[in-house]
Amino acid sequence: MTGSVAGAPQIGFDALRLHDPAATADAVADDLRQAVRGFRRRGAVLGLSGGIDSSVVAGLAARAFGPQKVLGVLMPESDSSPDTLRLSRLAAEAVGIETVLEDITAVLDAVGCYRRRDDAIRKVLPDYGDGWKAKLVLPSVVDSAAFRLFSVVAVDPDGNEHRERLSAEAYLEVVAATNFKQRTRKMIEYHHADRLNYAVMGTPNRLEYDQGFFVKAGDGAADVKPIAHLYKSQVYQLAETVGVPEEIRSRPPTTDTYSMPQSQEEFYFSLPYQAMDLCLYAVDRGLPPASVSDALELSEEQVQRVFDDVASKRRMAGYLHAGPVLLGNVGSEPGAGDTDPETAG
Amino acid sequence: MSEIERDVREFISENFILDEEELNGDASLTRQGVLDSMGVLELIMFVEERFELKVPDEDTLPENFDSVDRIVAYLNDRLATAKR
Repeated sequence: MTGSVAGAPQIGFDALRLHDPAATADAVADDLRQAVRGFRRRGAVLGLSGGIDSSVVAGLAARAFGPQKVLGVLMPESDSSPDTLRLSRLAAEAVGIETVLEDITAVLDAVGCYRRRDDAIRKVLPDYGDGWKAKLVLPSVVDSAAFRLFSVVAVDPDGNEHRERLSAEAYLEVVAATNFKQRTRKMIEYHHADRLNYAVMGTPNRLEYDQGFFVKAGDGAADVKPIAHLYKSQVYQLAETVGVPEEIRSRPPTTDTYSMPQSQEEFYFSLPYQAMDLCLYAVDRGLPPASVSDALELSEEQVQRVFDDVASKRRMAGYLHAGPVLLGNVGSEPGAGDTDPETAG
Repeated sequence: MSEIERDVREFISENFILDEEELNGDASLTRQGVLDSMGVLELIMFVEERFELKVPDEDTLPENFDSVDRIVAYLNDRLATAKR
């Protein structure tokens, strides 16, 4: 708490500060070791993206199991940033873990990821094709009270930018096609986990986990999610402690999913991650918009819109978090199978 | 009930798998959890196709689309303007 203005308790970014990052890293590593031991697995596999989250999880896993029992999987594809592979290797080398390179472009091509995505984009941009680059964007929730509708932004081979609002059908098809990327990566992570008898690490931070910024049965799938309880700001605070190189720590988060560079704010979140963390922190504690408006340098009305967006995304995330719903009684233990499915319910 | 309201209610109840009696005319569709970002996109698409009009980005506001009554009022206004 940093004081009180007009009756509302004010909180600032210091509310998200970890008191002792090294102690937090040790505690997470202990919990991680216990969780994997409980699964009777012998180590950890994770996909490395060159971003802060997977790099920190690599460092935590190395701390938990020893670097020799952690495998980092590098899975670039044709839309990946040129930096992805280099930074992923940098993260792995910094914490001393082995890596394996699995370029997933051929898998994605075979399954029609790029073709299906491009066909969908052509529904709103008929000239879209070879040599073009594209991304999906959302308007700012802060600048307007209007509903946020996805648009596709594309650059043609001559460098001209095109922007069109997506139809519901085109939006769903673009997302469904690009989700092949996260699901293919997870399939490969589980392949290596199976052959090594390791557990798969999920790398969402609290903001991503809470708000549903992941693909169901894609990057949302994992055996353990070691940083899902930590705000993204706190993941950054752990980074140095667990050995993440400075270049990765100072890099802005991206989605690295579309062929044009795309920030996470353009595609999903309302504000940069530090501000989103603070809003989520306030929402988690039932604090009013006024409690963070000074720190965010936004009006209460603007913060209220962010809070509403947080609540809306939480509702959507319910589906992403949910396991399969069973409509009948299958016993108290998974796999017990002692109930007649004909009479269950 | 006007034809516009009937069409809007029918679309919302069918598309979002709701019972008709759940649709109070003045209840916020976002606060009810009916409209999310995908739902808004579907609703705008329905309005544009069914009533043959273009909804500009600046009209995609809660005061125009966040309840059955608001959607009907918006459509009445837009269709009346189109006739003039």
